[in-house]
Amino acid sequence: MTEKKEFDFFDRPKNIRKLWILLYVLCALTLIPDFFTHREMHFGVDGIFGFYGLLGFISCVALILFSKLVGIVLKVKENYYDK
Amino acid sequence: MTSNFSPAALLILGALLVPFFRGKAKSYYVILLPAAAFFLVFQLEPGTSLQTHFFGFDLTFLRVDKLSKAFGYIFTLNAFAAFIYAFYLKDNTQHMAALFYIGSSLGVVFAGDLVSLYFFWEVMAVASTFLILARKTDKAQAAGMRYIMFHVFGGLCLLAGIALYISETGSITFNAMADGNWGTYLILIGFLVNAAAPPFSAWLPDAYPEATVTGGVILSAYTTKTAVYTLVRGFPGWEILIWIGCIMTIYGIIYALLENDARRILAYSIINQVGFMLTGVGIGTMMSLNGTVAHAFCHIIYKALLWMSAGSVLYMTGKSKCTDLGGLHKTMPWTLIFGAVGAAAISAFPATSGFTSKSLIIDGAIHEHMAWVWLVLEIASAGVFLHAGIKFPYFVFFAKDKGLRPGETNKSMRLAMAFMSFLCIFLGVFPRPLYNILPFSVFYNAYSFVHVFSQLQLLMFSALVFFLFLPLLKRTETISIDTDWFYRKGGRLAYQIMDVGLNGINRYSDRIFVKGFAGFLARFAKDGIARLALLPFVTYWYLKGTRFKRLEIKKASLYYNLARGVIPAGIGAGMAALFLVIIFLLS
Repeated sequence: MTEKKEFDFFDRPKNIRKLWILLYVLCALTLIPDFFTHREMHFGVDGIFGFYGLLGFISCVALILFSKLVGIVLKVKENYYDK
Repeated sequence: MTSNFSPAALLILGALLVPFFRGKAKSYYVILLPAAAFFLVFQLEPGTSLQTHFFGFDLTFLRVDKLSKAFGYIFTLNAFAAFIYAFYLKDNTQHMAALFYIGSSLGVVFAGDLVSLYFFWEVMAVASTFLILARKTDKAQAAGMRYIMFHVFGGLCLLAGIALYISETGSITFNAMADGNWGTYLILIGFLVNAAAPPFSAWLPDAYPEATVTGGVILSAYTTKTAVYTLVRGFPGWEILIWIGCIMTIYGIIYALLENDARRILAYSIINQVGFMLTGVGIGTMMSLNGTVAHAFCHIIYKALLWMSAGSVLYMTGKSKCTDLGGLHKTMPWTLIFGAVGAAAISAFPATSGFTSKSLIIDGAIHEHMAWVWLVLEIASAGVFLHAGIKFPYFVFFAKDKGLRPGETNKSMRLAMAFMSFLCIFLGVFPRPLYNILPFSVFYNAYSFVHVFSQLQLLMFSALVFFLFLPLLKRTETISIDTDWFYRKGGRLAYQIMDVGLNGINRYSDRIFVKGFAGFLARFAKDGIARLALLPFVTYWYLKGTRFKRLEIKKASLYYNLARGVIPAGIGAGMAALFLVIIFLLS
C-alpha cells in the first residue's frame, strides 16, 4: 500500500505566485462595474470611481498601522498576569 | 394545537433529568430538548400568559411577540446545533449548566416584566460560569471567578436600576424606557455589561477563550445576544448606543488584530459584531431595529460556526494559538471549509447571511443620513474581513506549516458545522424566511447589482491589504492589556501604591521625626546652648565694630569654651545664663 501523497498545493512558490496574480485580477474585476454603473450618492463621496475599493484599502491599512501603534503599549508577555 | 408551555421551563426542567440518561441516550436527549423547545416557540401565539402574583408583583413569564419569538427561534436553533457538536461529551455538569444557561436566556427573552427578567439574568450568569470552570485548568478557574464577579457587578447595577425604576414608575412591565433618570441609566449599564460594551467588555475575551471546547460555542451566543434583545426592547433609539456601538466595532477589530490566540480573536470579534447591533438599536428606526435582530440571528449562527471550527482545532491538537498552529488545511480540510463559510458570512460576502443582515443596519444609517455612522460601519466591515474573515483561517489553516497532523474531527462535530454552514448560505441566498420573522415588515433587497459589487470591491481590497501587510501581521506570543487590567493588575498595583506610598510616608516620618528631630534634639543637647550663646555675643561684638578675622577668632574661642564646658554649666544653668545674657543685652 502506497502512502497517500500529502496535499502540498500551498507549499509551492509557483502556486503562491499564481494566487497573488489571482488576487490582483479579482481586485481589478470588482472595479469594472464602476465604469458603466452609476452608484447612488448618499454622502457626496461614495459615488466616485472605485470608492469602496479605496475605502477598504485605506481603512485596512489604517487599522493595521493603528493596531501596530497601540500594540507597542498594549502587548505584553503571556505570563504578564501570572507574575 | 397550541400550548403555552414556557420554552425556558422546558430546558431548565429538562436539565434536571440529564443525569438519568447514560451514554448515547444522554447525547440524543440533550439534542432533542432544544429541538422540542424550537417547536414550542414556533407554535406560541402572540400575547401574554403564564402570569403569577409574587410578593405584590404581577410577573409575566411568557410575553410572545415577533421580537421575542425571533430570539426564541435562534436561541433554540443554536442550542440544537451546539448539542450535536457536543455529541461526544458525556459530562453531566456541562450539559446541565448549558441547558440552565440557554433556558434562562429564553426566560429573559420571554419575560414580560423586569423582576422575572432579573431572576433569569442572574441564573444565566451563574450557569454560564460552569461552562468556563469545566475546563478544569488553573487559568479557567481564575477566569471563571473574574467572570462571575464582573457579572455580579452588572447584576447589581441592573437590580438597583430596576428598584429605582419601579419606585419611580410604579410599574414592573418591561417596555421601551422613555426618559433618562438614574433608574434607567443603571438598567442600561446592567444590560451593557452583558453586551460587552467597553469599558465593561474585558470579561468576554478574558473568560470565553478559557471555556471548554463546547462551552465556547455555547457561550458565544447567549449572554451578549440576550443583552442585545433587552436593548432592542428597552432602549430603541437611545442615541448613546450609536456611539457605543461604533466604538465597539473598531475596538473589537483593533484587539482582534493584536491577539494571537484564535479563540481570543473570535472573542473580540463578538464585541465587534455586537457593536453593529448596538448601532442599529441606537439608530432606532424600523429598518435598523430589523437589521439588529436579523444580524443577531445570523451572527449567532456564523459565530457559533467559527467557534466550532476553532474548537475542533483545539479538540484535535490541544492548541489554539496562531503561533502554534498553521498548515492544518492538509489534515483538517472539512474544518477549514466550514470555518471558511463562517468567515465569509461574518465578513458579509454576498450569498452569505452576513450580507443580508448587516446591510439592513448600514442602510438604516444611510436612510437617516448619518454620514459618520455609515463611514464607521463601512470601515468596520472592511476590518471584519481583515481580522475574522482572513486572519483566523489563514493563521490556523495555512501560514507556516507547524508539522501538526491531527486528522479530521469526529463526525458529529462535522455534522454540526455542516448544518450551520448550510444555514449561513441558505439565509444569504434566501433571506425571506428570516425577514418574515423580524419585528417589523421588511421591504428590502440586498442583492442590487451595485450593492453586490460595492461590497465585493470593499472585501477584495481589504484582502489585498492583508496579504500586502502580512509581515506586519506576524503573530507574536503575547496577550494584550484590556480593561481587565484594572481588576487583575490594578488590585495588585493599588496594593503596591499602598505599600510604596504608606511605607514611604512611614520612612519619611522616620527620617524627619525619629532620626531628624531626635537627632536635632541630641545635637541641641550637645552644643545647642553654646550655639545659642554665640548669637548675642556675636551680635554684641559686631555692633562694637569687631569685624572679619578677629570676630571669627573670638567666635571660635567662645564656642570652644562653651562646648567643652570650660564655662561650667549644665543645660539648665546654661539656659539660665543665656536668659540673663539676653536680658542684660536687651536692657
